[in-house]
Amino acid sequence: MGSDQMHLQGAPFLKAENAGLYEPAGSQSMGIAAERSTRQNQELIAAIPYFQEWRRAASGIKDYAIGNLDKLLVEFEKNITARGAVVHWAETAEEANRIVLQIAQEHNVKTVVKAKSMVSEEMELNHAFASAGIRALETDLGEYLVQLAGQRPTHIVTPALHLSAEDVGRLFADKLGEPYTAEHRELTAIARRHLREEFVKADMGMSGCNFGIADTGTFVVVENEGNAGLSTAAPPIHVALMGIEKVLPSIHYLPQFLNVLARSGTGQKLTTYTHLFHGATPGRKLHIVIIDNGRTKILADPKARMSLFCIRCGACLNACPVYRRVGGWAYGWVYPGPIGAVIVPQMVGLEQAGKLPFASSLCGACNEVCPVKIDIPHQLVHLRHRAVNERSPMNLWTERLLWQAWSWMFRGRRRYKLAMAVVKMGIRIAPFLPWHPDKLGAWTRGRELPEIPPQGSFRRWWRTTGANLKPADRNTP
Amino acid sequence: MIQPIHSSSGPGDYPTYEPGETVALFIPCYIDQFFPQIGEATARLLTRYGIPLAYPDEQTCCGQPAFNSGYWEEARGVIHHFCKAFEPYKWIVSPSGSCTAMCRVFFEQVDPDERIVGVGRRVFELTEFLVNVLGVTDTGARFPHKVTMHSGCHGRRELGILQQPLALLQNIREIDYRELPNIEECCGFGGTFSVKMPGTSLAMGKSKVENIVKTGADVVTSVDISCLMHIGGMLRRDKATRHIRCMHIAELLVQE
Ligand code: SF4
Repeated sequence: MGSDQMHLQGAPFLKAENAGLYEPAGSQSMGIAAERSTRQNQELIAAIPYFQEWRRAASGIKDYAIGNLDKLLVEFEKNITARGAVVHWAETAEEANRIVLQIAQEHNVKTVVKAKSMVSEEMELNHAFASAGIRALETDLGEYLVQLAGQRPTHIVTPALHLSAEDVGRLFADKLGEPYTAEHRELTAIARRHLREEFVKADMGMSGCNFGIADTGTFVVVENEGNAGLSTAAPPIHVALMGIEKVLPSIHYLPQFLNVLARSGTGQKLTTYTHLFHGATPGRKLHIVIIDNGRTKILADPKARMSLFCIRCGACLNACPVYRRVGGWAYGWVYPGPIGAVIVPQMVGLEQAGKLPFASSLCGACNEVCPVKIDIPHQLVHLRHRAVNERSPMNLWTERLLWQAWSWMFRGRRRYKLAMAVVKMGIRIAPFLPWHPDKLGAWTRGRELPEIPPQGSFRRWWRTTGANLKPADRNTP
Repeated sequence: MIQPIHSSSGPGDYPTYEPGETVALFIPCYIDQFFPQIGEATARLLTRYGIPLAYPDEQTCCGQPAFNSGYWEEARGVIHHFCKAFEPYKWIVSPSGSCTAMCRVFFEQVDPDERIVGVGRRVFELTEFLVNVLGVTDTGARFPHKVTMHSGCHGRRELGILQQPLALLQNIREIDYRELPNIEECCGFGGTFSVKMPGTSLAMGKSKVENIVKTGADVVTSVDISCLMHIGGMLRRDKATRHIRCMHIAELLVQE
């Protein structure tokens, strides 16, 4: 599984020529891990009576922040610049890559240690580094593993969710020449040993940003392994990548978010480390690259804007029955799962990713766990509406024609009866057909068709019997 | 541990039913055509409580299939047709959580016109009408079988329907109610999802079937026969599970 095939261009969900949606069977261990994670998080959350209040509050704060992005980002820039940080603005991933490379080249950087950042995945920054001859090393254990394996993350919080301990043991034996083991402790020790040396040697460290706080000019990085702390503190230069939606109005609100993020993300009360960066430390450099890369397109659609509330906790992925089965790669881009199906089509365009909103049964499990209460199923239906009307792989005149016919049939009683008679006839003859085309085949692949009731429709019963039922004398209680 | 999170009208927000008021039955298209006995059970059940019923003959569908597929323009015409048929009625009751959710929650998205939204808001799912409006939790039914219940996501997450059918079921005489493990998990039906992503739909259905088998029940019930069409289709496909019957909750509630 080379990394290249996981890039946007080759993403299976997004290929226009794909008649249906791509449905690989995800690794089973992944589904089980995701399910376990949801259960643990929900148990933790259920123990807090006011958790629902926290969610409401967090959602409200995000609503304000996203509604005032322009002001808050400028305030954030002003405050953190005053303490020696340099803020850069990038409209696209390419621009962001250029900025980061320029910083690296100015300081003659040879190796970079990176803490986890999904924006960096969006930018495909590792490719940019590689083509500039700079060695970039992922230091988050999960990211380290997928980088070592030449893969892409399957999850936004736990990137190597698809790898079992045995897989990791084989990977280490293969790539690092370590003796095979599947012992968690030993595997961690191997990774730690290899990574430790890198922190000391690196010329530049990188991180993402969980929250950018406007009123104090602070940005926050949460993590569990200590690698973000080392990546940002050991090398002389720290470059942080921040999506524009990460801004919060005030430091007062931070605890709210830390509370919900750790619980929803990893089932912890608080992440092991919470780093607050207030500016450059003396003698060292701090750069922050604030990136749009399609986010303002989401901002422009009032009905979809709520998806910018996302704090990337990953809870919706874990809870999603579709994600659990197809895995992260099926979605074809950096952000998989329910939130990916909402934001990716908007960021990269419906033309490329217009199929993603259809990759859901609309069950709503995502909405139930989302700490900022993003109404994902409603957003998905909204995007489906956009996808069938705007330029996208779902805008097919044949399908539209069918729905128009459907609509006409269902706008009159007689036509409806006729249509239903045809459907029933189809179901009657289906068992005798040598092969079932298209949607019919998709149904009968694993399911029997409904049986045709011998007594006819409800309508008929109503006419003959129902309408004459006498309300019983029993009064309403 | 299931908490309905955004129920648009939780218990307490229900209007009061005055004796003698007519209730219009909304019998969704697939029930009308494939499961008429559910409509019949609904009518018989409501009649027992002295409720005068009407069945607007012009009704067809709530527009959900087109709406969920993104074809809102096509759905709009059907919704208008629905509203024309049901406009005269103060009470509309339907034996489907999913279709009720469509009417109550989503009409607004397609057409924010007050009259359209107003009709949609007057639609109630059968068990919520019984429990929350009429205050009935025991229909006096008797059903001596092993029964488990599937909870359709749409009705539960949009309208908070879960406790109502559970209460009604558990009060049935001689019923051997078996709780379904992972009851909150989607069965994989999802309307057109079932044929757009059949592989995933079936994989989800498989987990549901496994959980049903675990309960040892002979009957699976639900407020949504649409999910049961998919689950039942899978149950009937396999010899080992063919004996498990799918029945709508209304059918159980009228058993004497
Ligand atoms: S949409 Fe909500 S649940 Fe999903 S990753 Fe974002 S914040 Fe977490």
